[in-house]
Amino acid sequence: MKRQSRRDFLKLAGATGAGLLACGAGSALASEGTQINNQELGMLYDATKCVGCKACMAACKKVNSDYGSLSYEKAQFDPDGLWDAPSDLSGSTRTLIKLFKESDTRWSYVKYSCMHCQKPSCVSVCPVSAMTKEKVSGIVDYNKNTCIGCRYCQVACPYNIPKFQWEKALPQIVKCDLCKNTNLREKGISACAEVCPTGAIMFGKRSDLLETAHGRLKLNPDKYIAHIYGEHEGGGTNHLYLASMPFNKLGLPEIAPEAPAEFSEKIQHTIYKGFIAPVALYSTLCFIAVKNMKGHKGHEADDAHEKEDK
Amino acid sequence: MGHSEEFQKLEGKIFTKSFFILLAVVLAGFFFVGVRYVKGIGAVSNMSDGYPWGIWITYDVATGTAIACGGYAVAILVYIRNRMQYHPMIRSAILTSMFGYGLAGFSVMVDLGRPWNAYNFFIPSKWQANSAMFEVALCVMAYSTVLIIEFIPAILTSIEQSKWERMIQLRNWLHPRIAPDETTMKDKLERVRLGAAWLKPRLNKVLIFFIVLGITLPTMHQSSLGSLLLIASTKLHPLWHTGFLPLLFLINCVFIGYAIAILESIISSYSFKRPFELEELSGLAGLVPFVTVIWLGVLIGDLVYRNQLSAALSGDFYSSFFLTEFLLVALGSLLLFFKKLRRSPRWLFVSATMIVLGGALYRFNVYLIGFNPGKGWRYFPSFAEVMITVGIVALEILAYKVFVALFPVLPNTSGHHGAQKQKKKTPVKQAKPIELDPVVAQAQLKAAIKNLN
Repeated sequence: MKRQSRRDFLKLAGATGAGLLACGAGSALASEGTQINNQELGMLYDATKCVGCKACMAACKKVNSDYGSLSYEKAQFDPDGLWDAPSDLSGSTRTLIKLFKESDTRWSYVKYSCMHCQKPSCVSVCPVSAMTKEKVSGIVDYNKNTCIGCRYCQVACPYNIPKFQWEKALPQIVKCDLCKNTNLREKGISACAEVCPTGAIMFGKRSDLLETAHGRLKLNPDKYIAHIYGEHEGGGTNHLYLASMPFNKLGLPEIAPEAPAEFSEKIQHTIYKGFIAPVALYSTLCFIAVKNMKGHKGHEADDAHEKEDK
Repeated sequence: MGHSEEFQKLEGKIFTKSFFILLAVVLAGFFFVGVRYVKGIGAVSNMSDGYPWGIWITYDVATGTAIACGGYAVAILVYIRNRMQYHPMIRSAILTSMFGYGLAGFSVMVDLGRPWNAYNFFIPSKWQANSAMFEVALCVMAYSTVLIIEFIPAILTSIEQSKWERMIQLRNWLHPRIAPDETTMKDKLERVRLGAAWLKPRLNKVLIFFIVLGITLPTMHQSSLGSLLLIASTKLHPLWHTGFLPLLFLINCVFIGYAIAILESIISSYSFKRPFELEELSGLAGLVPFVTVIWLGVLIGDLVYRNQLSAALSGDFYSSFFLTEFLLVALGSLLLFFKKLRRSPRWLFVSATMIVLGGALYRFNVYLIGFNPGKGWRYFPSFAEVMITVGIVALEILAYKVFVALFPVLPNTSGHHGAQKQKKKTPVKQAKPIELDPVVAQAQLKAAIKNLN
């Protein structure tokens, strides 16, 4: 009996292993080469053009604070919420300008906001589809009416973009949605890009943004670092950057071209493809266990004898 | 109900001193849970946008469920590997699993920012199969249900055998005007008893399918607990970030499960002053090193494959945590290779503790210590945050103590009256030989005979 079950066990292990390998090979082939969609909407931020006036931050708060449940504390003398100097993105700040100063001659501004990835990690990990990526526009959007507040999106996002309202009893996640329900719908452009006085923020289709960026790099090769941040990072992002300082000094992490979500989904799909492996595991185990139980009729009587006792 | 039964209730008072100490800790923890719901998560915890998961997820969910894997590990042994002699251990293992998982679910509800939206897990249009979290959530919910079903036979037995003394006392204590009629009450209680007697054999018939489900589900979600961190490729230190995370977490929970089953049995024998179940324990302990050796093998093989071995030995902050985790598990299992040590409750306790600590540290390393979201972020749990976790653990211990007194959970030791006088200091010499349950012994004998054939 014991020998029998061990043989079964080995068989099971072998079969499962072989199955997993087969699935793995199949899915690895299938998911190779994620398509980048250059028709999606995005923004190009040129750090060399930015003067750090923070008009984008104020406009973002003004436009988006009316939407949803967000309500910012406003001083009475400041109905527009302009007098505000957040030090980082937060549960009440979707975009932020920071200054990175290495020396008096070498410094750069940088703007933080959602990168609107081509293959967003937050969408991949959200268990209840509260994070979604719009098919046509490519906007990564958040729905607070679905969100359970597990903060997996925060763990997953390599840029640390989604922010949580830690101080609220009824919190939510806050991140840029390209003014999808506000400025974009009304005026066809995100608020930050609309108000930027120097044209440091360009709003448009990813293909146009890339063309402009490559043009600027060619025109002024001495001015820029010869790289468009976001063109390939993490599977590509729709928010692109040009800068005169190395991007990792500006707080933009170095990320491999493969989207982190590609890697994790590949493994998850390998294990759970068509739900075959769990079902196979369950039925095999059932088979073994029932067989074992039959071999122990005497033992099973032990459970049943309590009834007979009466 | 005689000595021939496999499980027995623990005799003795429920409301002891330790009961009230635990209760005080539980209440302190729940006070902070109240604060969290009124003032937000930030008011009680040190979690931040950089470290969105603190000890509630790392300990209560990721580590707590592994520690609650005793039921899973013992069920594999009994029902799949067909070692019926371990059957007496299964109920207490399942009970701790039940509390472990139930309270993991509870702390998730404390941790979730918008728990009122959790119903979305049951709405197919919201399902998101790419998410490891989705898989973990559904599996853990299903497994908790299965654990409750697995425990029902113990409750049914209790109902069947109860003489309802407390209930009758309560009736007699009540004012005659509001007290129910004695005969009607007896009649109704009898009907409940008959119902339980009717249900039990029927449940026993299909129980095996739930038990197997109770083996399949942890296999799925324990590996997915590892998958959760696969996506954090830029934040998790390369010592721990690998495609083998799901496999490592799965094996990890199996050996933690066996080690915790050993610890649990030793601790409950010790604190309830019952004889040690040395025969089962040393057998169980003999299995652990095989599992840990596989785990350590995968761990090292993966590090070599990814060229991270030098990072592991570099001696920096991360490497020291890695080495601690590695050595705890390795040395703990090394002890178990010696037959002599396997037969000593004290050494069993030491090695099982090392293995549990090492295995748990691995999970802490993956979820917190090896997790670095970038410059400027720091995390160390706040007092209130720790108190909530401690309160939840205290609740778990409290409930375990109450349940073993109310329901037949612990293995039956036929000579338990004599055993109560046992002294604690030299457990090896004074531990009584295990008096085997005749039915189990019979089953073992039959199995042995079949083996010979």
